[in-house]
This record gives sequence, C-alpha cells and structure tokens, in this order.
Amino acid sequence: MRLKLEARSHTPQAVVYLTPVLAALLTALAGALLFAALGYPPLEALHAFFVQPLSTANGLAEIGVKATPLVLIAIGLSIGFRGNVWNIGAEGQLVMGAVAGGAVALAFYEVEGWWLLPLMTLAGALGGMAYGAIPALLKTRFNASEILTSLMLTYVGVLFLSYLVHGPLMDPQGFSFPQSRLFHDDALLPTLGYTRLHLGAAVALFVVLAGWFVMARTLIGFQIKVIGLTPAAGGYAGFSQKRVVWLSFLVSGGLAGMAGLFEVAGPIGQLTPSISPGYGFTAIIVAFLGRLHPVGILLAGLLMALSYLGGETAQIELGLPLAMTGVFQGMLLFFLLGADVFTRYRLRIGSPKAAVAAAKAAPKPAEEGA
Amino acid sequence: MDLLVNFIVIMLGAATPLIFAAIGELVAEKSGVLNLGVEGMMLMGAVAAFAVTLTTGSPLLGLLAAMAAMTAMALIFGVLTLSLLANQVATGLALTIFGIGLSSFVGQGFVGKPVQAVAAVDLGWLTQLPVVGRVLFGQNPLVYLALAVVAAVAWFLYRTRAGLILRAVGESHHAAHAIGYPVIAIRYGAVAFGGAMAGLGGAYLSLAYTPMWVENMTAGRGWIALALVVFATWRPWRVVAGAWLFGGVTILQLHAQGAGVAVPSQLMSMLPYVATIVVLVLISRDETRIRMNAPASIGKPFHPER
Amino acid sequence: MSEKSWNITRRTVLGLAAGAVAIGAAMVGPFAGSAQAADPLKVGFVYVGPIGDHGWSYQHDQGRLAVEKHFGDKVKTTYVENVAEGADAERVVNQLAQSGHKLIFTTSFGFMNPTAKVAKRYPDVKFEHATGYTRADNLATYSGRFYEGRYPSGIIAGRMTKSNTIGYIAPFPIPEVVSGINAFVKGLHAVNPDAKVKIIYVNAWYDPGKEREAAETLVAQGADVLVQHTDSAAPMQLAEEKGLTAFGQASNMAQFGPNAQATAIVDDWSGYYIERVQAVMDGTWTSGDVWGGLDSGMVALADYGPKVPAEVREEVDAVVAKIKSGELHIFTGPIKDNQGVERIKAGETATDEQLLSMDWYIEGIDAQLPKK
Repeated sequence: MRLKLEARSHTPQAVVYLTPVLAALLTALAGALLFAALGYPPLEALHAFFVQPLSTANGLAEIGVKATPLVLIAIGLSIGFRGNVWNIGAEGQLVMGAVAGGAVALAFYEVEGWWLLPLMTLAGALGGMAYGAIPALLKTRFNASEILTSLMLTYVGVLFLSYLVHGPLMDPQGFSFPQSRLFHDDALLPTLGYTRLHLGAAVALFVVLAGWFVMARTLIGFQIKVIGLTPAAGGYAGFSQKRVVWLSFLVSGGLAGMAGLFEVAGPIGQLTPSISPGYGFTAIIVAFLGRLHPVGILLAGLLMALSYLGGETAQIELGLPLAMTGVFQGMLLFFLLGADVFTRYRLRIGSPKAAVAAAKAAPKPAEEGA
Repeated sequence: MDLLVNFIVIMLGAATPLIFAAIGELVAEKSGVLNLGVEGMMLMGAVAAFAVTLTTGSPLLGLLAAMAAMTAMALIFGVLTLSLLANQVATGLALTIFGIGLSSFVGQGFVGKPVQAVAAVDLGWLTQLPVVGRVLFGQNPLVYLALAVVAAVAWFLYRTRAGLILRAVGESHHAAHAIGYPVIAIRYGAVAFGGAMAGLGGAYLSLAYTPMWVENMTAGRGWIALALVVFATWRPWRVVAGAWLFGGVTILQLHAQGAGVAVPSQLMSMLPYVATIVVLVLISRDETRIRMNAPASIGKPFHPER
Repeated sequence: MSEKSWNITRRTVLGLAAGAVAIGAAMVGPFAGSAQAADPLKVGFVYVGPIGDHGWSYQHDQGRLAVEKHFGDKVKTTYVENVAEGADAERVVNQLAQSGHKLIFTTSFGFMNPTAKVAKRYPDVKFEHATGYTRADNLATYSGRFYEGRYPSGIIAGRMTKSNTIGYIAPFPIPEVVSGINAFVKGLHAVNPDAKVKIIYVNAWYDPGKEREAAETLVAQGADVLVQHTDSAAPMQLAEEKGLTAFGQASNMAQFGPNAQATAIVDDWSGYYIERVQAVMDGTWTSGDVWGGLDSGMVALADYGPKVPAEVREEVDAVVAKIKSGELHIFTGPIKDNQGVERIKAGETATDEQLLSMDWYIEGIDAQLPKK
C-alpha cells in the first residue's frame, strides 16, 4: 500500500481547524507515552501542562503576559516573512526598544505626567525601528544578507544593554549591581486588578486586528504578498523589493521595540541585563505556527505561552525536569508543523495509478471534503 | 613571533566547531534546504559523543555516535520538511528547542565527569619545528579533519557530477525534477550530511576543545555557524575564512583585554560580530556574484505537483 | 508540472515512529516518586542556570539535596531551574508561594526585585534571596564571603608563579567579582609584590569555549597561573594540559585538573539551608543578612593539589586559621585603589556595604573598570 500527497487547490475550512486539533491529540498521546516511560503519571503531567495554568484567573493573566511580546513581535515578523524578508534579529530590536524607552523613563525619573508612558512607548518603537533600519540599510544599499546582519546585531544589542546597566544607566543607589533604578509609578504600565496583565496586552490585540486589516484589505498588504511570491512581478506593478525590505524591518523592528518597552515598563519595572528569554527567536516559530495570519499568530502565541507555563507547573507539581519541557515543546511543534501538510495536501491511500484515475474521475477534486 | 604563533593556534581551535557546523549547513542549503536547527544538533552531538566515549572508552566511537545520532536527528527534520512539507524555518527552530531539551536530559548523568579526550597530534621533531611546527603539525586531529571536510565539500560541489546535481536541485527543484533527478532523496542526503557535521562540531567541543559535558555548552555557536554560511556566500573555503575572521577577532579582543586596554569589556566583546558585518558588507557589494552562489530555491518546499 | 509522484510507504513512517519511541524508551532513567508524609514542609528553590551547569546552580542544588537527606520525609523540596532573570522570575516565585511552599530560596541576584514583590503578597511565606540587599520581615538575604577564599588563593599563586604573571578569567564587572579580584591581588602582593595580574572578562557566567579561549590568550601573554570566577572547568583543563597551576571555582574541579588544581573555592550552601529549614520548622525564623565565610563553611577551600609545596601549605593554613578566627580581615586599611585614592583608612576594615558595592580595583592592578 502506498500513501500519496496530492496538492489541494482549495483548503476546506474544516481541515484548517481540525489539523491543529489532530496535532494536539497526537502530542498528548506521545507526551503521555513519554511521561509514563519516565515514571511520571501521564495524565497528571498533561493536566499540569495544559489545564492547570488555565485554571485560575491569575494563570490566565500570566499567559497573556507571556504571550504579549511573542504576538507583538510575530505580527511584525509575519509581514516580512510574507515578503521573503528574513528578520532573524527581533531579539536585538526588542532589546534596543527597551533601552530607548527605558532611558526615557530614567531621564524623567520621578517626573509625573500622563504623557510619560506614551513617550516611552514611542521611544521604544523608534528604538526598535532604528535598530531594524541597520539591516534594512545594509541590505538595500550594500546588498548584505539581512539574515546575517540582523542576527549578529542581536548579540551587539544585548552586549550594549549589558554595558549600559553596568555603567551609564546603573542605579546610583544600587550598590553597583548591574541594574537601573526601578521605574516610578508614572513610568509603569497600568495592570488589570491584582494580576500582572498590563496594557501592552491590549495593544497586542489591537496590533493583531491592524495586522489583519493591513494584509487583507490594503494595497500595501497586497504588494508585500506579490513581492514575496514573485519578486520580479513587483517591478511591473511599480513598487520595489527595496521598499518591502524597509517596510518589513521598520514595522517588525518597531513592534519588537515596543514589546521590549512593554516588558521593562510592565512586569520587570527596570532595565536589567536580561530582559528577554529569547522572545525574538520564539516569535519566529509563533509567526509560522500561526501560518503568518494575524489570528493564527494570536492563537500560536497563546499556545507557546501555555507550554512555557505548563513546563513550570510540571516542574513544580511533579518534579518533571525542565529538559523534558524542551523535548515536549519540540514534539508539540513537530506535530503542529507536520500536521499542517493536510491543509495544503490531501492524503491518498492506494497506488499512484488508482489515485490518478480517481482524480480524473472526480469532476472537481478541489471541492471534495469541503 | 611566539605571540603570533599562539594567536594562530588559538584561532584554529576556536574556529573548528564553527567550520564543522557551517560546512554541513552549507551543503544542506546548497541543496535548497534551510535548517535552523544547527544549535540543537550541535548540542545533541556533544552529549552523544561524550556519553558514548565515557561508556565505551573510545573517542572514535564517540565521534561516530555523534555523527550517527545527528544524522538521525536531521532525518526527523527531513521527514517534516521534505516529506510532510512543513515550514523549514519553524521546523529548524523547533529542532533547536527539542535538541536543547533532549541533550540536557540525556546529559543529566554526565555532568562534572572527565572523559578521555581526543589529544592533539605530536609528530615529534616536526611539531618541534620553530614557528610552523605547532601551527602545521601540532593541532588536534579534528582541526585537520574540519579542513579536510571543507576541501572534500569544495571538490564535491564544484568538481563532481553529483555535486552539480545537488546544486541544480538547490537552484531549481522543478527543473531538476523534470530532468529526472530525485529531488527529495538528494535533499535527504544533504540534510543528513548537515546533521552529521553539526554533530561533529558538537563532539569537537565535548571531546577535544573542552572535554566535558555541561548543559548548553555550545553557547550559541550553532547560530554563528548559520551566519557564517551566509557570510561565505555559500562558498566552502569562505566558510573557513569567515570562521577564522570571527575566531581571530574574538582572540584579538581577548588579547587587548589581557593587555589592560581601558575599553569596557562589553564593547570589546561586540567586535567579532561587528567585524563580521563589516566584512560582509564589503564583499556583498558585487550583487551579481552573490546571486550566482545563493541557491535560488532555498527554504522553499518541493512538491512535484506544484 | 511533473509526472513523477511523491511516495512513501506507510511502513517507512511507522518504522520511523517506532524507532523514535524506542529511542525515547531507551533514555528512560530510574526516577522514583518522592515519598509523601503527613504535612511535610514544602521548600522551593529557584535557579538561574540549569543544574547541569556544574557551577553556581549545581552547588545550590547540592544544598537542596542535603536538605532532603537531612530532613527525610519531613520536607518536600521543589526546584525550578533555568529561570530567566526577567518577567519570568516573578511568576515562578509567585507560583511556588501559591502552591504551598513555606520557604523559598531564590538564588541569583537578578531575582531580587521579583522576590521582593512576591514577598509583599505572601506575608506568611519566608523568602531567602542570595547575593542581594533588599530585605523585609519575611525576606532575608544571604551570601558567601567568597573573597575570603580568594586571598589565600592569591598567596598560593604568588608563591607558585615563575613568570610572575597571573591570568584571571572573570564573568562580569560586578562587585562580587571585583572584590574577589581585589582580595586575590592583596594575597598575591602580600607574598610577591612583583607579580602582575591580567584580567579578561568573557561576559558570560559559563561558556566553556570562550573561557578556554580567554585562558589560552592569558597563557599566550605569559600567565602560568590561572584563576577563574566563571563556572566551567575549561580553564582548569587547559592548565592541566599545559602543566600550569589553576584554582577551581564554585565546585571542586580536581577531576579536571588532578595536577593543576592548587585548590578550589567551593560554595557549600547545605549548612545554611538546613539551618534555615530547621528555623522555619521551629518557628524561630527571622529575617536578616547572613554572609558566610570560611569560618561558617559556606565558603570552603578544596584540598591542596599535589604541586603545592609543604611550606606553602603551612603558610596558607595559618592564614586561613587567622581568617576563620577573625584575627585577619582581608580588607583592612590602609587600602588605596589603583588611581591612588584612599578607599579604606588605616586601622579600619571594610564594612559589608563597602564590600557589597565594591567598584574599584585595588592598588597594583594595571587595568581600569568602566566608568559610570
């Protein structure tokens, strides 16, 4: 017996929604086997991973906190990825946004005013944009691959932050420890009730909507998609690859910078040497897991956040080593990405000849299964 | 003179894991597959080599185990991206997450244990020769092996028919397919080779360079290796040049620090990254030459019907 | 576009899947479920690194294991490893407090403000933060006087160096590291005023490759003794390979340098952890700031390596005894910094606050700390 993949010309809605469910079930099954093999109660482990973090209001808020930077960055990245622009350095842009916005907070230390947070946010976005502009400039002016430049600039950005908190931005009352002052109240994002869910989450939701609108309903979104599919075609339509590169880097850099600012003005509350546990890289996965679609990205971001929180819960409740969280996350992603194949291809069982015959027999194969 | 010899020796050692990982990734990318899982594969290679060497007492078996295990891991990536046509970028990153987790899990029992290392060669009077002795005849065998692999890859890609086919597959999979080449099989092979080399790069760290196992011991070298492939504009010998440049600038800034240069260490540590960018910018200006080397269908999934 | 179709047999897929399961099953280690008793005291630990770093976090986990061994089923310990010093830390600490842990150790400086925030929310839970300075009624701080181990190391280095050049591999220019360098140089120059120290910051707490490169560079610049404040054994291995002398960090590294290791500065948290768990059980826990040195055993020197001559051992043993008895305080004035500014007056000793925030190099170091 042979299996064969056949391209779909049209993806039925049911398949779009069912494949992630299938992947989740497969992950749960494989995870249960894995945990059982290691001597952990499989159902309790799965419960700790997927249910327990969602069982309290605070848990839900924490997922929002964790997902906010991932979604913000991934939305920005998805624009570039659609246009075949590879910004691998969102982590660096996040850091520089945090630095720029954080510097504003420190410059106006203990100055009161409603204008401070908007100013910080603007500075954060501009900081990320400016840092994203470097690879864009090097790409458009000197043809240097943005994959390399944006990745290398991430290391530079993290070292720059380290330099600042070890030197110029160090807390004068902080016993020479590498950290800035704690931001004062007017420089901190308002939070929801007693939780840490901050205004940045609302901004992220707004960006999801805006991202959807731009890509689906505006000319510029159309242009990006066309350039991504066939770079040459862009020329005829009167817009250039260069413009797409600039646009992608400015938008994704700006959003990453804003995400960085939200981290330091939200849950962290100061500048420290490590403000992101790799959000800029994880967001790349989130972008593709969400199929580069804003709503998909939102869901993917929430799922990734859940898997991190679930890993912590499993460690605390069951003593499951952190290493297993990585293995489990990897498996989850493998299944999700692998199952995606069914949205684009249909599985046929039987000999190739039979499949061809079946295809010929069916008047409109594309409509099947809808 | 002594300082220069020392400098070259240190640089060669530092560059070797990058060369291994980058040359493997280069072959995969030349066939049109972008595998961002290098960091995870290096870590798994490091722990596999360490575990097998410690258990069997044979570093050779350790190296083979690292290559075999990473071939297998690369095949997971292959099944997902080549057979199931999953997105290569996301799958590669997932492979890294998976590899970091699995390596630390496998390595739990091996932390803090010494292992029989792969020792540097000693050719007697040849190694004792002034200046050239240590540089040419006193390195770790794996340092030579890395360069030999680069030479072999360069020969394979540009001097053999099989290499030509591999490049053709990376250039236009549809055209290659139409001529009758097995696109998917060739890509599986290239990805497996990439995995084996990443495994060797990791094994070099855990068996030769710093013979031990600690979690996350690659510390980002897989990412640098990925950048070096781009830096090299997909030319094998330029991978070596890039790794030497990166390693060389790293050692230079360490020398400057040791000599007491009064520049904050964070700014000094930026230098290798900045230098790589600057050199890339300088060599990228000739657009046409880069276009010719970059595999045109990199990262794009191949399905014969589309 | 093409005629060939893409095929796999189902057997291939199943075979691969079965193989993956077999590999997974082969990696099974023996994991026993922890024993449960009536209301054991739940104690939580938060680590910044993986316990597999064989350094800082590893040593804290050794302390946790000592607590388990000492109290048996009267305690239940939990650890969360590799917690990033950012937004994640507060959530993890909060979750530990929420899930019934009554005593929580957070073991990295970057956890200070997150721990303080959670401590405010859970007045009934006791918190202990390592290497910080923010305290509350239910938040104590603790740290080791690591510099007390550095001074004797400096004496050994001063006696053993032939090239009069010492290589020092440091992670970041923070006070704990700087006070360690100063204490080392003070010991070094007490016995060998001509010896020079070369310092390289690798900007990482552990990165074996980078540490090796720094160590090799220092050796190329003439160092024959290596000191490290980074966690991995890579510099020790290099010293062994080249027949040099080195000092272990955080844990005893003798297995990586059986000939090279002169001694190691070992962090031993087990005594403190057992004491504090006992205090919570007895209801006698109070907040405070504990700095354990050689005297308390929180900082310990590993056994001398084979290369340390008998007379040097005697000399260092005497110094260690004096430090333990309090007769010798390492930072006793007059002490000038390397810019000539007097930092500690004659007859005075450095206060804990001065030690905690040390941001100057002592006289005799040819290097600069970054200006603020």
